Amino acid sequence: MASFKILNTGKDRQNSKTLRLNPNMARRSFLKLAAVATAVAGTGLGVTMVKKSSAETKKTPYPSSKLVKTVCTHCAVGCGVVAEVQNGVWVRQEIAQDHPISRGAHCCKGASAREMVTSEKRLKYPMKKSGGKWQKLSWKQALDEVAGKLMEIREKYGPDAVMWIGSAKVSNEMAYLQRKLAAFWGTNNIDHQARICHSTTVAGVANTWGYGAMTNSINDIRHSKCIFMIGSNAAEAHPIAMQHILHAKEKNDARVIVVDPRFTRTAAKATDYVRIRSGTDVAFIMGLIHVILKNGWEDKEFIQARVAGFPELKREVEHYTPEVVSDITGVPADEIVRIAKLMATHRPGTVIWCMGGTQHSTGSSNTRAYCILQLVLGNMGVSGGGCNIFRGHDNVQGATDMCVLSHSLPGYYGLSDGAWKHWCRVWDVDYNWMVKRFQSKKMMNTKGFTLSRWYEGVIQEDKIHQQPLRAVVFWGAASNSQSQYHKLKKALDKIDLVVVIDPFPTMTAVASDKDNVYLLPSSSQYETSGSITASNRSIQWRYKVVDPVWDSRDDYTIMRELVKRFGFEKEFYKNIKEIPEDITREINKGTLTIGYNGQTPERIKKHTDYWHTFDVDTLQARGGPCDGEYYGLPWPCWTTEHPGTPILYDISKPVAKGGLPFRARFGTEYTYPSGRKENLLAAEGSAPPGSEVKGGYPEFKDVVPGTNWKTDLSQKTIKEALRRGMAPFGNARARCYVWNFPDPIPIHREPLHSPRPDLIKKYPTWEDKPNHYRVDTRYRSEQKPDWVKEFPLILTTGRLVEYMGGGAETRSNKYLAELQPEMFAEINPVTANNYGIRNGDMIWVESPNGGRVKVKAKFSERVDEKTIFLPFHFGGHFMGDVWAGRYPEGTVPYALGEPANIVTNYGYDIVTQMQETKTGLCRIKKA
Amino acid sequence: MARMRFLCDTERCINCNGCTVACKDGNNIPVGINRRRVVTINEGRPGEQSLSIACMHCSKAPCIAVCPVDALFQREDGIVLLDKKKCIGCGYCFFACPFGAPQFPKGNVFGARGVMDKCTFCAGGPEEDFSEEERKLYGQNRIAEGKPPLCAAMCATKALLAGDADVVSKIYQERVFQRGSGGSSWGSKVSTRAYGR
Repeated sequence: MASFKILNTGKDRQNSKTLRLNPNMARRSFLKLAAVATAVAGTGLGVTMVKKSSAETKKTPYPSSKLVKTVCTHCAVGCGVVAEVQNGVWVRQEIAQDHPISRGAHCCKGASAREMVTSEKRLKYPMKKSGGKWQKLSWKQALDEVAGKLMEIREKYGPDAVMWIGSAKVSNEMAYLQRKLAAFWGTNNIDHQARICHSTTVAGVANTWGYGAMTNSINDIRHSKCIFMIGSNAAEAHPIAMQHILHAKEKNDARVIVVDPRFTRTAAKATDYVRIRSGTDVAFIMGLIHVILKNGWEDKEFIQARVAGFPELKREVEHYTPEVVSDITGVPADEIVRIAKLMATHRPGTVIWCMGGTQHSTGSSNTRAYCILQLVLGNMGVSGGGCNIFRGHDNVQGATDMCVLSHSLPGYYGLSDGAWKHWCRVWDVDYNWMVKRFQSKKMMNTKGFTLSRWYEGVIQEDKIHQQPLRAVVFWGAASNSQSQYHKLKKALDKIDLVVVIDPFPTMTAVASDKDNVYLLPSSSQYETSGSITASNRSIQWRYKVVDPVWDSRDDYTIMRELVKRFGFEKEFYKNIKEIPEDITREINKGTLTIGYNGQTPERIKKHTDYWHTFDVDTLQARGGPCDGEYYGLPWPCWTTEHPGTPILYDISKPVAKGGLPFRARFGTEYTYPSGRKENLLAAEGSAPPGSEVKGGYPEFKDVVPGTNWKTDLSQKTIKEALRRGMAPFGNARARCYVWNFPDPIPIHREPLHSPRPDLIKKYPTWEDKPNHYRVDTRYRSEQKPDWVKEFPLILTTGRLVEYMGGGAETRSNKYLAELQPEMFAEINPVTANNYGIRNGDMIWVESPNGGRVKVKAKFSERVDEKTIFLPFHFGGHFMGDVWAGRYPEGTVPYALGEPANIVTNYGYDIVTQMQETKTGLCRIKKA
Repeated sequence: MARMRFLCDTERCINCNGCTVACKDGNNIPVGINRRRVVTINEGRPGEQSLSIACMHCSKAPCIAVCPVDALFQREDGIVLLDKKKCIGCGYCFFACPFGAPQFPKGNVFGARGVMDKCTFCAGGPEEDFSEEERKLYGQNRIAEGKPPLCAAMCATKALLAGDADVVSKIYQERVFQRGSGGSSWGSKVSTRAYGR
C-alpha cells in the first residue's frame, strides 16, 4: 500500500500542476556544477563587475538586480563573493563558481557574509560612556570630542602618548592611511594584528631570502607531492585551501603530513600525523635535517649554487640526533627518520605553517627552521614547493605590506632617515616638517610599542622607555586576541581615552570600568571599496556591495574627518583626490621594495572583473584582456606591463615573466665567527633565463645618481634591471646563518613556561631583553623550572572554523553563533577523570600569571593527556563575570564566553614581540 | 529525465559547515531549524570522518508513505517537497525518516510542533515560482532558475555534490579511480565510501 502510494504520488502531483522544471535547463546547470568538481570552471558570471541579471528575463526571483563581485572579509585565502543586490539591498549570495582560487566555495563564515551587513548587532550610531551608561552622540559631536581629546593629550604629553592600533581587516588603501596617519601624528606607536599573527614569519623568512611572504600560492599546492603542515589547522582556519590540498592528495598521491600537538580536523585528512610537544618545532625540524644530511638526501646542487651558511648549519644539526629530538619533542625516534625519508622521497614538497609555528617566544627561530628545511631539500623556487605560509586575516598580507607596524614605514622601508626621506618625497611633504611632528628626531627612528605589549605602556609592570600612554585607538582590531588580557584590562581601566572604531562593539568597548570609551561605528568592508592582498600576494579589488548601513561611516570618511580636525588635511591628502584609487596610486609610487608599483587600480579591477579567465592550476590568464598575467598581479609586479610573480625565487622564468632569484639584501660577503669567508652572491650559472649576468650580482643602484632601486621614484632603475633580464634587488644566496638574530642558526630553546625542568637546564631561553620595542621583556627571569609543580598541564589555543579573531563580527552572526554557542576547554578524558571532572562540567583554567577563566569541559581526544586546548575567539565574560549588561543596548553578541587570552602565559618573541599563546602552562579545577 | 541526487564524499568533507550556513542564509532559515548539518564520527581520533546530511530525496521516500495528509510529494526529478499549507505538524515523517531530515520549530507551548520544514533541494514549494509566498515558506527556488542548490555549490572542498545522479556518479567514480592508485591515506585503509549512493 505504502509503496503504491509513493510510486503514484509524484505523478499525480506532476499532472495536477504545471511543470516547473525545464529538464534541459536543469541538466545544463548541473553539468556546470559537475565541471566545478572536476577541473576548470568555465562559466561566466559576466565579464564586467556589475551585470544585470539575464536579459531575456523569463521570470527571475529578483528582477533588475545586479551582481557585484567582491571578496570575502574573513581569512586570507581570498575567496570570491558574488553579491546579488536589488534596490540597494543585498538580497542573496550567488555562487562565485568561476573564481580562480575558491571556485564558488565558502566555509560557514563566507557563506554568511551577508550577515556582516544585516546583523542586528551592528553598532548603529556613535556613542560614549557617561556615568556608566551608553550615550548616543551625533557624528559631529563624537568626532569633535574624540579629536579634541586626542589633540589635548598630544599637546600635554606629546605625540607618543597615543597608541594607534590599525587593522588587517581594512583595504590596502585604508591600512596605508592608518600608517600614514601615525607618521603625520608624529609617533611610531602604531601596530596591528600582524604583530600577533605572522610577525615572526616576516622577520624569519625575510632574513632568510629577502621577502617575508608566502612564496607560492594556495593553487600551486595542487602540484605538490608532499604537503608538510606544521602548526596549521587549515581545515578550520583556511577551509578553502583544503580544496587544493586534497586535490594534490588525490591526484598526485601526495603525502599530507600534519605536525601538531593536537589531532586537528586537518590531521583527520592527513596521510601522516605527528603529535609533537608544543613549542619544540625547532628541535623537530633540526632532527629532520639531521637525518636528511646524514643520509645524503639534501639537494647538493641547489645548496652549492643558492645557499649560504651551509657548513655552519651542518655543524649545528649534528646535535639533533633522532634520540635527542625524541626526548625533546615526544616523537618516537624512528618516526622522525620515517618522516624525513618521506619528505626526501616526495619532491617537490611544500611546507605550510600558521600560528602554531609563529606564536612562540622562539617564533622567529621556528620560521627560519622551516625555511632551512626547504633549502636543504631544494624545494624553493619550484612549483609544488615553497613555503606556503597561510596568513590569517583577509588583508593581513596587505596591511603588513603597508606596514601598519611600529618598526617600519610602508613597504618595509624601516625607520631610518633614508626611509623617512623617501616617504616624505612620496607624500610631497618637507622632511623637516615631518621631523617637527615628532617629539624628537630620535623618537622618529625608534621602534614604537607593539600590539602585544602596548598595555605595559600604561600599567608599567615591566619598565618602559617613553612617557606613559594616555590614549589608545582601536581601529578595526579586537583586544581579546592579545595575551595577558587581564593585564590589558587594567590598562584600559587606567588610560584616559579609549576609542573603538569598528562595525561591532568589540570586547574593548566593554572592558573598561571607567567613562573613558568612545564608539565610532565604521561600516563593514562590504560597504566600501579598495584593494586587498590575499595570502599568496595576489591583489583583488573588493567592490562595494551596498551603502553603509545604519548611521555608520566608511573608514575613509572617518579618517578624513579626524585628519581635518588634526589640522594636517592639506598635507595628508596632497596627492589624494579620488578615494580610494588615488591612494592606490600613491602606494604604487612609493612601495618599490616589494614591487607594488605595477598594480594600478585599473589593472587590479580588470583582474577582478575577469577572474573567470584565470587558470586554476597556474593562476595565469588564458586569453582575454589579462592574457599571460597572473591572478591579482602577485607582488613583486615590477612595471605596469609585468605579469606579477606567482612563485618567488623561481629562476626557471625570466624576471620580466615572473621569475626571480633570491634577494641580495645582506651584503656581498660575510666572515663567519670560525673565520670562514663566504661570497653571498649566487654561484655562476644560477640566474633566471635571459639575465645579462649569468651568476650572482648585488642590488641595482646609481642608475639615477644618488638613488637605488628602492628609492628611485622615476622607476628607471627597476626598468633598467628588467631590460637586462635582471632582478632589481640582485641575485644572492639564501641564508641559513642569520648573523643579525640572537641565534644565527635556530637552536632549540624551551618555552618560557615549560613542563620539562630538566630540559630548561639544557636548553634555556635568552637573557632578559631591555628596551624591546620600548619595554623591558623577561626571558630567563620568567623561565622558572618550578612552574610545572603548580601548573602541570600544557595550555594551547587555536581557531574554530565558525569564528574569526576576537569574534566581534562572527559571534554577532546568528548562524555562526548557533553552531558554536559556548566557550569550552578541550580536555583528554583520561586527564578529566584523574581530576574528577565530568564532560560538560564547568572548570577553572588558571595561568601562572594570575589569569583564570571559567569554561565548560569538553572531552576530546584531539588533545593528549598533558594538554588543554582553548579556542581564542570568545569575549564578553571576564574571570567568571558575565559582561552582557555592559554592552550598548541591542549589540550584545549572540555568543559570549571567556577570552582564552586571559590565561595564555607571559612570553614574547625575541625578535618581534610576538606573543607566546601556543604553549604555556596551566592548572585546572572544578568550578 | 534527470534524477536529482546529493552525495557527500567523506574523503573531502572537513566539517566546515559551509553547507549548513549556505542553506540557512540563502533560504532565511530561522535559528533552531537545520535543513542540513554535518555529523562527525570518531572525533579527534584516527578514522575521523565527517558527513553532510540533509533530506536524501529518497526514491521510496518513507516520509511520503506515512504522511497522513499527503503534504509530502515527489517531483518527477526525484525531489521530495512539502506543502506547508497542508502539513499539520504531526511528526510522523520525523519518525519515518532515517536521516532526521524533517525539522520542527522549537519553543511552542505544550510542545506543539508547528509545520514541518526540510531541505527542498533549493526547489521551493508548490506555490508559484519566485512568488513572495514561496520565498517566505520555502526559501529560494534555484532549480527553477536553472541553478544548483546552495549547499553543494558553496562546498569548501567540493565534497558535497548535487545534481543529475548520472553526473554526480561519474564525478565520484573518477575520484575513486584516482585515489585507487595511492592506497597511502588513512581514508583508503578505512575503505573509501560516500554516503547517499
